[in-house]
Amino acid sequence: MLRLPPIKLVAPTTVQAAAKAIATSDDNARLVAGGTDLWPNMKRRHQKADTVVSLMSIPDLDSIDSANANMRIGATATLANIIRDDKLRARFPAFAVAVASISSPPLRNMGTIGGNLCVDTRCTYYNQTEEWRRSIDYCLKEDGKICWVATKSPKCWAHTASDSAPILCALDAKVRLVSASARRELPLADMYVDDGIDYLAKQPDEILTEVLVPGSSDSDHCRSAFWKLRRRGSIDFSTLSVAAAVWTDDNDVVTRASMYLGAVGSAPMPVAEIDTVLVGNKMSEDGIAEIAHVAHKIARPMDNTDFAASWRGKMTVQYVTAVLREIAGLPQLRMRPRHRLKVV
Amino acid sequence: MVKAISKLNDELADATESQLKIIGKPFRRVDGRAKVTGQTQFADDVQFPRTAYVKLVRSTVPHARIKNIDFSAALAMEGVLGTLIGEELPDKFGILPVSEDEHALAVDTVRFVGDALAAVAAVSEDIAHAAALAVEVEYEPLLTISSVEEALCTPEPQIHEYADDGNIHKKVSLKFGDVEAGMEQADIILEDNFFYEGSNHLALEQHSAIAFAEDDDRVTLYSSTQCPHYVHRALTKTLDIPASRIRVIACSNGGAFGGKSDPFNHEIVVAKLALKLGRPAKITLTREEVFYCHRGRHPVQMHLKTGFRKDGTMTAQHLRTTLDGGAYGSYGVASTYYTGALQTTTYKLPNYWFEGARAFTNKPPCGPKRGHGTPQPRFGFEVQLDKAAHRLGIDPAELRLRNLLEPNTITANWLQIGTIGLKECIEAVVRGSGWKERYGKLPEGRGLGLACSAYMTGAGLPIYWNHMPQSGVQIKLDRSGNVAVFCGETEIGQGSDSILAVVVAEVLGIDLKDIRLCVGDTDLTPVDLGSYSSRVTLMVGHAAKQAAERARDKIAEAVAEHMEVPKDSLVFANRTVFPADEPENAIEFSEAVVIAESRFGTLGTTGSYIPPRAPGRYRGAGVGPSPTYSYSASVLEVEVDPETGLYEVIKVWMAHDIGRALNPVLALGQIEGSIYMGLGEAVMEEQAFRRLPKRLSGALVHKMPSMLEYKSPGFHDMPEMTCYMIETDDEQGPYGAKEAGQGPLLPIMPALANAIFDAVGVRVDQVPIHPDFILKGLQAKKNGRDPRVGPTSFPDVDYGEPLIVHTPAQGGDGRAANDPKASKKGLRSASGTMKKREDALKEHSSATLTTD
Repeated sequence: MLRLPPIKLVAPTTVQAAAKAIATSDDNARLVAGGTDLWPNMKRRHQKADTVVSLMSIPDLDSIDSANANMRIGATATLANIIRDDKLRARFPAFAVAVASISSPPLRNMGTIGGNLCVDTRCTYYNQTEEWRRSIDYCLKEDGKICWVATKSPKCWAHTASDSAPILCALDAKVRLVSASARRELPLADMYVDDGIDYLAKQPDEILTEVLVPGSSDSDHCRSAFWKLRRRGSIDFSTLSVAAAVWTDDNDVVTRASMYLGAVGSAPMPVAEIDTVLVGNKMSEDGIAEIAHVAHKIARPMDNTDFAASWRGKMTVQYVTAVLREIAGLPQLRMRPRHRLKVV
Repeated sequence: MVKAISKLNDELADATESQLKIIGKPFRRVDGRAKVTGQTQFADDVQFPRTAYVKLVRSTVPHARIKNIDFSAALAMEGVLGTLIGEELPDKFGILPVSEDEHALAVDTVRFVGDALAAVAAVSEDIAHAAALAVEVEYEPLLTISSVEEALCTPEPQIHEYADDGNIHKKVSLKFGDVEAGMEQADIILEDNFFYEGSNHLALEQHSAIAFAEDDDRVTLYSSTQCPHYVHRALTKTLDIPASRIRVIACSNGGAFGGKSDPFNHEIVVAKLALKLGRPAKITLTREEVFYCHRGRHPVQMHLKTGFRKDGTMTAQHLRTTLDGGAYGSYGVASTYYTGALQTTTYKLPNYWFEGARAFTNKPPCGPKRGHGTPQPRFGFEVQLDKAAHRLGIDPAELRLRNLLEPNTITANWLQIGTIGLKECIEAVVRGSGWKERYGKLPEGRGLGLACSAYMTGAGLPIYWNHMPQSGVQIKLDRSGNVAVFCGETEIGQGSDSILAVVVAEVLGIDLKDIRLCVGDTDLTPVDLGSYSSRVTLMVGHAAKQAAERARDKIAEAVAEHMEVPKDSLVFANRTVFPADEPENAIEFSEAVVIAESRFGTLGTTGSYIPPRAPGRYRGAGVGPSPTYSYSASVLEVEVDPETGLYEVIKVWMAHDIGRALNPVLALGQIEGSIYMGLGEAVMEEQAFRRLPKRLSGALVHKMPSMLEYKSPGFHDMPEMTCYMIETDDEQGPYGAKEAGQGPLLPIMPALANAIFDAVGVRVDQVPIHPDFILKGLQAKKNGRDPRVGPTSFPDVDYGEPLIVHTPAQGGDGRAANDPKASKKGLRSASGTMKKREDALKEHSSATLTTD
């Protein structure tokens, strides 16, 4: 079987100790939470580390405070526990749907929200074993010189793979980052960079400790939806995801709107035009069509995951339309995405 | 391997009321409890002290000469025990005698990314892996061939020198009857190009093997294999040790589906290293390595031309195929024939011309996967029948019923057909699905599709030419009442152990828990050729029945003498023996064995089975014959989203002519498993490759050798299923049984394509059917173009002069009327031309013949 290379694993019991450990260890140190992404990546040798600092021994870093006006989720809260939280599901239903769509039940039992937000970008030229990557002389993202997805490209086109990121960006979530010397809070959307290699603005020595979702984005104030396109009813990463949130006044006039696309860029791709098109109006079929048209241009599906890239582009129109129709309460297309919110 | 029989579900009918006691009733499989409680030892569970862990060094280039292999960095690592290179195993092997083209480790040339060229052994798997990565290989690149088209126009360099023509490994052209006249009699002629993508078996258990040597040049190998006998032969060929000193033990397999029916390089390597190092040697492949072993479904292009009369009957068919074979022969010669051989087994096809060609390409070798070579042409045939039905205005189910082959006939290509339950199968799925009321009448986006198929119940001929039994069973009885049954058969999850046990239990009137099985062990068990071609229930069943009946006779003779009753009056039931009219005088079965052992001494019997000789006598007639054929019909309901092309299979109805279900629960599992696997191939599975831009790289790699990215359906993706078992009691099968493990896979792919046409009017002439294909078809339809998606051309292949064979209707005798290849060297095949076993024995010729 594929085996982990030897590593030094440290498991501090406080955030400060973890921050210190990552700051003081050699260059080749990494953080791990559930390990559902890092361990397979290290087995295939495309992520490497001499030291791995685990956050899983830090008490209370996995807490979920969904009763607070502004919801707070600790970084090591498992995806399974997030879905199990009744208040969370009621207040942020699209977020719960997105989390429930991630991988499979066993991996949601281990995988954490912090890990999912920081999950490595993916590409079918990159998520391969050492031996396989040798046979293509590696790629730009790790050890090589050429991005095989776009051979003339100076940048890596690996795609964002987080299903929780687009919806949390749309809901205006913030993250708290802690390092040995400082702490800061920043909008989650600002944590992502549209580059397959340097896809996070978070510094390597910063630990994502907490996710904050404002109460102004919960279902009493805002309607949201999440659709994910993938081959199978479970397990698969998204090949396209669409998350949107729309705030309205008492007359159903839109006061704010936000939308992000997943898996069709190296970062969750904002569809900023949604705000200008919708604000001041009630949601309409015409407005939805206009946004879908814009989103189609923003999406950059590449041949680096499942399904034909051009078809994924066409699906952006369909999925953006579907998400906004769901928010507007308009009748839906017949075929819904193959993920359902199931609480186990 | 010795296995304990678990307790049987005790629903035995009163023996005096029912002729069959266990057979035909659902019983718990004999290996079930061990499997669900973790007691079963799979190959990777076998452990010995001092084991050396082995990793294969695999090529990172698709086609090259090996200039140098440098082990120095690997050997410098602490814990590395030794290495192995190709020159240490100089003899080639391969499953078919006509294509022994594999070295256990490449000598001189590597032929695909993943081809093994060296091995390293170490005290742990971690060190072995690190050492394998540290081996430095210098290559001199050769031209890479990635497709059939490239193989056709690139005769040099040859991937293998023995190929029929350049890089075309095998060419076949077989013409039965007057195809041209048949086409002239047709009212309409349909001509279509189809493509069927390759796929991997994706058995959950990865291949694993462990070997140990004993001091007198003996070696024992435990392996996950479907065919221990063939592995035994390959080891004999490559290790330079007499066959009698090599023992192969097939462990229980965690699924195989054809993917473990070749002898593999890793098996030979661990056996050799066990001898070389003097310690046990073990290897377990990674999932990626399983994709490199492959032997999966061949990608097949088809050109299918069929003539129909207005009433829907067929006048002639001309089928041309190409197979993308990958880098080695494997079963490929047989696969090539199989892309044509079974087209004649379902419907009346008076004139038939089949041309097939298999190309060598620099990719992992293709071979047999569930259905071996037949799902591809069956897909084309059944889709074309749907098109013909629409052209002629005949209901697709009715069209098939009008064409049904008669039972007990010989086909145009000289296959002897026995019973046919296809009519009943079609009627069952038509009734179940509400076909008559619903077909063509569902709202836009919903559709039904129907397709049928047939499959062999065991290949008529062995892989290598011989006149010995294809299956043997030995029974040992003693005073304990325990019955030990020895047979070379291999459990791959299909339930063969249960079939072996139940036949013996049935004959001797004992409980399944009174039986101990010893199976799949070349030292201890009589030869059975293996778990392939749906042969086990029929062939092992017959051999077991014969051995058990001989044992029963022996016991009956002694008991009759003892009781002073006629032998024929004795009944064996409920673990007792009694005269039919005096059940009150029953004695325990164990007591009966004591009487027999006292009378005759130590008790043991054997049974064996050889299939009947097929009527075909032409070169190539050896592929296709079977003692009997199973039949299946399926209706599939689908919902298609016209906006996206996304679709969902809502329900599957499947009817299967199984002859007789020896255990209906096991049989149902096989039928449902076939539906599952068929849906995988129809909807998403593809063994696809990437070739990087040639100006930048010579790479040709498997696109996604992982279980995450190679898409195969999960629980969520399975539709509701309704299955019907049609029992035809075929006289060729033990208790009337036919196969169930492969046939029901075949109708799924065409039924899906036909259902999509009913739903949205789009023809997809290739599988898997991706949603973007449907969307493309819908857009074409919207723009007034032909709403068809699929290959638009077929390669220009010179298949050579056809072998002309007159059909039975033409008064033929099964022989070819010409022999275009007689003068060519190396083309003599193992098929069809063999002498009768009796004649060969009379001539005292060697019972084991090779074809070289």
